[in-house]
This record gives sequence, C-alpha cells and structure tokens, in this order.
Amino acid sequence: MDNLRDSFVELVRRASTNLSGDVEAALKAARDRESPGSAAAGAFEAILENVTLARAQSTPVCQDTGTLIFYVHYPMGAHVRALQAQLEEAVAEATARSYLRPNAVDSATGKNSGNNLGGGMPVFHFTEWESDVLRIDLLLKGGGCENVSTQYKLPDTALKAGRDLDGVRKVVLDAVYQAQGKGCAPGVLGVAIGGDRGTGYVFAKEQLFRPLGDTNPDPELAALEERLLRECNELGIGPMGFGGRTTVFGVKIGAYHRLPACYFVSVAYMCWAHRRARLEIRGDEAIFSQEGD
Amino acid sequence: MATYNLTIPLSEADVRALHVGDTVMLTGVMVTGRDAAHKYMVETFIRTDAVPESEQSLYEELKALLKGSMVYHCGPVVRQLEGGRWAFVAAGPTTSIREEPYEAEVIEHFGLRGVIGKGGMGPNTLRACQTHGAAYFHAVGGAASLIANAVKEVVAVYKKEAFGVPEAFWVIRVENFPVVVTMDSHGQSIHSEVEAASKDVLARLVGTG
Ligand code: SF4
Repeated sequence: MDNLRDSFVELVRRASTNLSGDVEAALKAARDRESPGSAAAGAFEAILENVTLARAQSTPVCQDTGTLIFYVHYPMGAHVRALQAQLEEAVAEATARSYLRPNAVDSATGKNSGNNLGGGMPVFHFTEWESDVLRIDLLLKGGGCENVSTQYKLPDTALKAGRDLDGVRKVVLDAVYQAQGKGCAPGVLGVAIGGDRGTGYVFAKEQLFRPLGDTNPDPELAALEERLLRECNELGIGPMGFGGRTTVFGVKIGAYHRLPACYFVSVAYMCWAHRRARLEIRGDEAIFSQEGD
Repeated sequence: MATYNLTIPLSEADVRALHVGDTVMLTGVMVTGRDAAHKYMVETFIRTDAVPESEQSLYEELKALLKGSMVYHCGPVVRQLEGGRWAFVAAGPTTSIREEPYEAEVIEHFGLRGVIGKGGMGPNTLRACQTHGAAYFHAVGGAASLIANAVKEVVAVYKKEAFGVPEAFWVIRVENFPVVVTMDSHGQSIHSEVEAASKDVLARLVGTG
C-alpha cells in the first residue's frame, strides 16, 4: 500500500465521468415511462445522451463535480495519515486533469483554492475493519441538490407530522415538494431518522452509497421506502420540474437512536447525476467497481 | 407539445407559435451572460443617460448580436486551442432566477426572443415575454458534455478579463441545442403549473388538504 495515488486518481475519474450501471438503468426505465415526445421524455433523452458522451470522452458527467465524500475501510495497522495524504494528492491531480472542477472556495475571502483542497474538503470518514482489504467508496455530491437538502424537527404542526414513521413520511414528501425541479430532478433521497443535527445529515448522505436495488433489512423502513418512492412520484414534478412520472428514483432510509427530546429527519437530496465509485486494494491488486456493472 | 427546429435570429411569429412543453432544437448564434453581465448591461446601457465612450463599441456589437437572439445563463468550462481560439468543454445551464431583477429590461432593450437557463424565472420576466414576444427556454441541468458538444464554435468573447471566464460574454454558434419551453409568450409557466399541481397532491398525501 505504498503508492496508491494513481489508483486513487482513477477512482476519482471513474466517479466523475462514468455514471454507475444501476443509476443509468433507472434513468432509462424512467425515460421509457414517459410518453414519447413529451418534455420529460426529451429531458431523459438528453440526460442519457450526456451520460454516454461523458463516458466516451472521459469528461465529467456534470460540470459541478461537487463535494468529494470518501468512506475508507482499512485493515488493522494501516497508516491512515499516509492514506489521507495520498488521497489529497490524487484529488489535486484529478483536478489538474479536468476530471474535477476547482470547487473549494474560501468562505472568508472568496478565493478558490484551485485544487479542491481546503478546510473540510474533501470529506473523509475512516473506519478500521476486520478484513485485510482496503476499501474506498467515493460519492460526488453536487451543489444544486445540496441546496435543496433539508432537515425537519418532529413534531411539525403545519404538516401534521408526529413523532413516528408516518410523520417521517409527511416531511420527506414536503422536502421533495419544496425542491421541485431545482435539485436537478429526478433525485435519489438519502434519509436519516434520529441522531443529532450533525450526525443526521452525515448518516442521510451515507444512505446514498446503497445500491438502488437493495432492500432495507428493517421491514418497516423497507415498507416506508417503497411507499415514499411511489408517493414522491405521485407529486408529478418530473425531470427538471417539467412535470412527469419520475420525480425520485430511489429512497434509502436509515435510523439512528436519538435523544428523548429530539426527533430529527434529515433529507439528503441527490440529483440525477448520482456519481459514486468503489476501489478495493487486495494485496497488490486494485479492483474498481460501480453498482450495476 | 410539439418539437421545433429553429434558427436564430427568431421572428416574433416563431416565438408566438411556441407553447409551454414544446421541445426546441436551437441553431445559430447566441451570447452567454450571467450575474456580472446582466448587472453590467442594465447599469451601463439601459438605466443610464449616456453610454460611456469606452463601452460604445461593445454596445453596438451586443445590439447587433442580441436582436432576435438569446442570452444563455451559463458559466462554461473552456479550453484554449492552439492558435488562441476557444472551445467549450462543459456548458450546462446555471440557475436563472438570480437575473430576475434585470431580465425584463434586457429583453425589451435588446429585442431578445429568448432566455435560456434552468429553474425558471419570475413574474417580471414572464410579463416581458408576453409583451415583447419572447420565451424562457429550459436547458437540461447537468447535461454539460452534451451541450458543450452542441457548441460548434466560439465566435468571440467580451469582458473576459474584467468578469472572469464563467461571467464573460461568450458569443457562441450552436447547432441543435436541445431546450424545452417552460415559460411562453402567452403568459403560461410550467414552473407555476407544476408547483400548484404538486401542492394539491402533497395536501392529499399528508392529509392537510
Ligand atoms: S444538481 Fe447535480 S446535475 Fe444539477 S448542476 Fe448540480 S451536480 Fe449537476
């Protein structure tokens, strides 16, 4: 595990330029549900053509390459600081090669760092695990959809949302209504119930790493995911807010414990450009994968 | 809902024939402009008694370019080619609503037939579209590579040093740039229709209706 920088650059390239198979399949299915010639069908056609072009040209799927969020699972004894340094080098290199847009702006001075490195950027989560494999998952989270992500505190009187799963359902529907097309709909929702205001948002984003086709191991949450997927689409907002049958193409919910006094519902809205990729280092081998490949 | 292939400059009749939900493939020359460009146009050319001498030639250029054409809300990623010419690498739309305080005056003053962006605009722009025969065209957010490929030529660039690359006026020739009419010249807006319809559904689903 001495020099992984090039593999890390390749991980970033894949995440930014190659939309994963499960997302592309969902977008194709969504196109097929719209009536031919409609604005919604046209939007999906453009999206899919763009995805194909980006892959062929190795150019970013969207010019906003977003916040880079890394989840690193490392074997016992790994040198975490060295790993982080190599990941940071790789991010700067990927920016120099135009796989990423320079996206890290100093909040006080307004100056762009030019290489995607800066305070709190990129985002790292390091966890030690039993396996001797090093696994790195990367998600690119765009700014437009981050702006429509939101957090509720239950009960919510205006929405008649109490402190139970039905209350969760109501506020998530409201979040999707409020977002309209502005987060580059259709989107995928990562939802966290519980936690505090900080952990709730982090856990909501973590849900976005789940394969679109998985089933929540908790049967009650699984049922809520299914119902929300259906009901969000009844809103009829459609791609870009043009109106249409697909407003959301995935709902993934996780639950944390909470304080008795608090009941937060955090909604991470991910745009159609739902970019993620995985790298596993097994001995000398670097194995890249993306959902639905 | 119909599909049209239109060539810029557009006539008033071209635009009046369009209705919300129509898909349009645009071909011709248009100009990018976002926050700095809109503020500049309004303050230097419109809300003024005299255009400063130094800005006269750009004013004449823009008047000629924009008549019957469109402003595209876009901050592109560009690349300089050998020989100094420019090419667009990524060119998705940016959020349009920030230009709401300016757009109606720009439409009227320059005789625009359209504005391209994402997310839609407000009542002032909608009214200007109705009065002067223009439309709001929605590009597909995030479709950066696709739109860059529709940009066949960067004809000129103005104010690149003063405003920076994303904010400059890029004069571009496009071919089959795909957009959807979401605000037409008849006072209709998909954005308000979809919002109202989804509000009713929300009320039913959460039981507050
Ligand atoms: S919300 Fe997503 S698709 Fe839209 S501009 Fe941002 S990153 Fe791109």
